[in-house]
Amino acid sequence: MFKDIFRKTKYVTIKSGQMQNRTPSEVSMQEESVSVSKKELPDGLWVKCPKCGEVLFNKDIEENARVCTTCEHHFRISASARLALLVDENSFEEWDAELTTLDSLEFPGYEEKLIEAQEKSGMTEGILTGRARIEDIPFVVAINEASFMMGSMGSVVGEKIARAIERAIELRLPVVIFSTSGGARMQEGILSLYQMAKTSAALGKLAENRLLYISVLTDPTFGGVTASYASLGDIMISEPNALIGFTGPRVIKQTMRQELPKGAQTAEFNQEHGLIDLIVARTQMRSVLARLLRYHQEGAQYGATI
Amino acid sequence: MAQLFEFEKPIAELVVRIAEIQKFSAEKGIDLSQEVATLEKKVALLKKEIYGNLEPWQKVQIARHSERPNFYDYAPLLFEDFTELKGDRLFADDRSVAGGIALFHGIVVTVIAQVKGKDTKENIKRNFGMPHPEGYRKAVRLMDQAEKFGRPILTFIDTPGAACDLGAEERGQGEAIARCLLAMSGYHVPVISTVIGEGGSGGALALGAGNVLLMLENSFYSVIAPESCASILWKDTTKAKEAAAALKFTAQDLLRLGVADELVREPQGGAHNNLNQTADELSQVISKYLVRLRSESPEVLREKRYEKLRTIGFFHETADINLTKDLT
Repeated sequence: MFKDIFRKTKYVTIKSGQMQNRTPSEVSMQEESVSVSKKELPDGLWVKCPKCGEVLFNKDIEENARVCTTCEHHFRISASARLALLVDENSFEEWDAELTTLDSLEFPGYEEKLIEAQEKSGMTEGILTGRARIEDIPFVVAINEASFMMGSMGSVVGEKIARAIERAIELRLPVVIFSTSGGARMQEGILSLYQMAKTSAALGKLAENRLLYISVLTDPTFGGVTASYASLGDIMISEPNALIGFTGPRVIKQTMRQELPKGAQTAEFNQEHGLIDLIVARTQMRSVLARLLRYHQEGAQYGATI
Repeated sequence: MAQLFEFEKPIAELVVRIAEIQKFSAEKGIDLSQEVATLEKKVALLKKEIYGNLEPWQKVQIARHSERPNFYDYAPLLFEDFTELKGDRLFADDRSVAGGIALFHGIVVTVIAQVKGKDTKENIKRNFGMPHPEGYRKAVRLMDQAEKFGRPILTFIDTPGAACDLGAEERGQGEAIARCLLAMSGYHVPVISTVIGEGGSGGALALGAGNVLLMLENSFYSVIAPESCASILWKDTTKAKEAAAALKFTAQDLLRLGVADELVREPQGGAHNNLNQTADELSQVISKYLVRLRSESPEVLREKRYEKLRTIGFFHETADINLTKDLT
């Protein structure tokens, strides 16, 4: 039967329900920022900018969207912190948080890594998806979480993105995805790799439905994520100075014995090479996205005035 | 004789001994045919045992064998009049990707393939089978034509990965691969992808998101090279053998995981031992799937391709965790 080609052999190994019963502690924005600064300066009051070396009041950069008040270096922030900076208050409705990871390859050390990542990030997986509003305009949002195994994409991340896009089609909403990722997640092998195809195909459906997709690249975005959903935006945005590429700089150096020029793979480098539309500071992101979303609302087509 | 791997040496030693005995027997006029027959039986058993139980790392070695047939070896055996079409119309012609039109069992098809070289000189020309963005853009250009003219698309995967140099970054390697994936998901024609050697990560996937994925039985297809995986996991590239087992990337693994649809038989010891036989097997299996896919309507073909990709991956779906809700 032709149908048989598409019928897959189930190969699932569930380990004693260990993962789904875990309830990692909730991490608030404040706690998260304290833990960041702890690494750098012991009292948590101060933080040293890795770019300009300036020692800053943690509270000051907190109030400045975790952007250095001296050199505008963008510190990495958690998905929940980004969400809080971005969307209208109480507008976020989370989707698919109940999806959790299966160690289907029984990969060495994966379960421990997952537990560690959950504790570190306070999230069940490396992406937050749902529906929210910016200046009252509804949209579908997905935000990678860097502290969850470097935002890498395994089955759950791919599935959550695909579901978010499919729901955006049902609801006729635009999609904004913030990526921060090392790429496809090694520990789920080929299954991770095919999440690239899955997310890209879902974006194909979104495009066919003439719905907007804005891809916002944040530091760092590499590998299989750059080579799939992150590169397919109708509009490509990046935060200043974010590192974006396919192959990581260390790997290029090792395998090609090629020294990258200064500034290679930054957002600015990518823009210069025609790969990014806009570089937008985090403090401006909300207003820029609001404008772009407004221009693409239903009723804004065919020369209508809005 | 072809390049020999460590695990093949017991076979080779026996083969040499048989030759010695035969020579001795001929020189001295002594009948040793009994002994020869016994040893030959032993060789056959040993082959069956060794080749029938190849470990993942041994399969990697076979898939990367310097004499493993590449696309240009198969093309004249699989197709009539393969007409190669070159260039991405934007930057250059990438010689690690071959594309064109050909007749396959009397059907006009578009063919896209990654090509590794057989020696250093050819490998330099073909960048060791590692495509640059222009290679992927050529693929999209030719696949778009296939869609336009209603031709089935056959892709052949054989790459250690996409090119990883500065030029690739400057020209948008990530975007080029992503466009391949996006384009392939939208076609109304049958797309059959076959891994004939090495399937290296996103660079391979770019040609692998079709309706059907076939794999030669000694090929592998992985999210990351076993050496790189070992380097990340154990900070030790010599542990590639362990990484090869952990990654579950053999053709047999992919069949079990629901990613590959069917495996294509290779002659004992690998495709390089009999090109014609391998080409024949490939031809039959691809043809079988092409016949099936051609009976579907264009819309169904596209939907089924989407459905296939959509179901790859495993996860838990439980309702009791909702940690991040109401953060704003």
